[in-house]
Amino acid sequence: MNEYLVFFLHGLAYAGLLFLISSGLTLVFGMMNVLNFAHATMYMLGAYFSYTLLQYTDNFWLSVVVCPLLLFVIGALIERVFLRRVHVYGHLHELLITFGLAYVITEGVKWIWGNYPLAMTIGGLLGETVEILGTAYPVYRIFIFLCAVLVGVIMALILYKTRLGIILRAAVNDSEMVNALGVNVPRVFTGVFAFGAALSGFAGVIAGPLLTTYPGMANDILIDAFVVIVVGGFGSLGGAVVASLLIGELQSFGVLLFPRLSVALVYLLMAAVLIIKPSGLFGEEQ
Amino acid sequence: MLEVRDIHTYYGKSHILQGVDMNLKEGEIVCLLGRNGVGKSTTLKSIMGLVKPRQGSIRFRDEEITGLEPFEIARRGVGYVPEDRRIFRSLTVHENLLMGIKETKGHGGRNGWTVEAIYEKFPRLRERKDSKGGHLSGGEQQMLTIARTLTGNPSLILVDEPTEGLAPLIVRDVIDMLAEVRQGGVTVLMVEQNFKAAIKIADRFYIMGKGHIVFEGDTQALLAAEDVRKNYLEV
Repeated sequence: MNEYLVFFLHGLAYAGLLFLISSGLTLVFGMMNVLNFAHATMYMLGAYFSYTLLQYTDNFWLSVVVCPLLLFVIGALIERVFLRRVHVYGHLHELLITFGLAYVITEGVKWIWGNYPLAMTIGGLLGETVEILGTAYPVYRIFIFLCAVLVGVIMALILYKTRLGIILRAAVNDSEMVNALGVNVPRVFTGVFAFGAALSGFAGVIAGPLLTTYPGMANDILIDAFVVIVVGGFGSLGGAVVASLLIGELQSFGVLLFPRLSVALVYLLMAAVLIIKPSGLFGEEQ
Repeated sequence: MLEVRDIHTYYGKSHILQGVDMNLKEGEIVCLLGRNGVGKSTTLKSIMGLVKPRQGSIRFRDEEITGLEPFEIARRGVGYVPEDRRIFRSLTVHENLLMGIKETKGHGGRNGWTVEAIYEKFPRLRERKDSKGGHLSGGEQQMLTIARTLTGNPSLILVDEPTEGLAPLIVRDVIDMLAEVRQGGVTVLMVEQNFKAAIKIADRFYIMGKGHIVFEGDTQALLAAEDVRKNYLEV
């Protein structure tokens, strides 16, 4: 019984990371129609920046604040310098440039930090275990899940309770029309892109001590994040929540129950959803 | 208030507008007629900045607006009501109206169209306040698109085929609504296929042939110019 609980909690922690990455990805795709292949490299950079910062300061909380800010700036630069310039040539060029950036960043990471895994440890309360229904469970995984919940709640409040939220949701429907109504849409794009990069970077910072930090970590999670936004429906935050939980738990229980099938389960789920509802669970029918 | 001088607009290599000229005075309703594919919608999109003319000049209230981003043109007081409505489907009617309100108090802002004023004038929208935009009927969506533009207090609105695909009874509602808008002091430039509907409210007409203006005149002149109507309008 306890085994199930442990795997369930593992699933929640992974779902938390997936949500932090895919929520930005889905908003960017919903608005700008750009599937950002470099999105998960922001997650990887978050982990590596944090690694270096921890070596010098040994202050995890500083990392939590500083690394996402750095990635916000990097995200804004990528949007301004690369995406905006190729925008006039259409989506294929935008897709290709993010693909290229992902390669360059990954190679850059290998060059700077080396092509091998790095380990991070976390001390203090976050490094402890806590007793849940008689099972000792690491506090850190619960912390990851709570971070995602907190971010999710803040995002939902912004999206559904503020004017900015109305603009963002409208831009997912039709960004050109939003522009024609007097909203500086290019600036909104930069902001959303940068915010998505910061969230992805934040996920990297908190994933660092849990998973291994290595140059392949971006690709590992990118596929799952893509599945999340397809299953949840492009542009839907609610969809990202539900799909992250589904994929997180599926990955976790897949390993426990069907170890030989576990890799394929995610794709089976995606195929099933696409057959039944091609726009994703919460996607708008076009 | 709006002067369009010799604009040339391309989609890729196709030369859609081949030197369009147009003039609008404050408070007019002007109707742009013509067959499908002659560049009527492209003319409106060029004025709004949604496509950029390669050549020529567009002046709005004595300011050059050619080459500006759509949001900058909107903030100067131009409203755009697109073809096929383009309601924000996942937003409620109320949120759609809020979207129209501009952040910067710009040059427009004098006609006093608040969301409340919209509900007063068009009670049907109040009834459907909390419905999702995507759940409205075609006529309601058309009213909402026009109303959404009005909350931004434009002094000129560009309306693309407002009666397309609507039942005759609804067409009358939409035409009445546009007349009401003009009463409030807003200048209207509309593209229309429905000649009968247009002739009820428009003060002046332009007719487009392939990428050019081929006729300009008021209702009398249009009714008199039988050959133009035969050659350039579908009857």
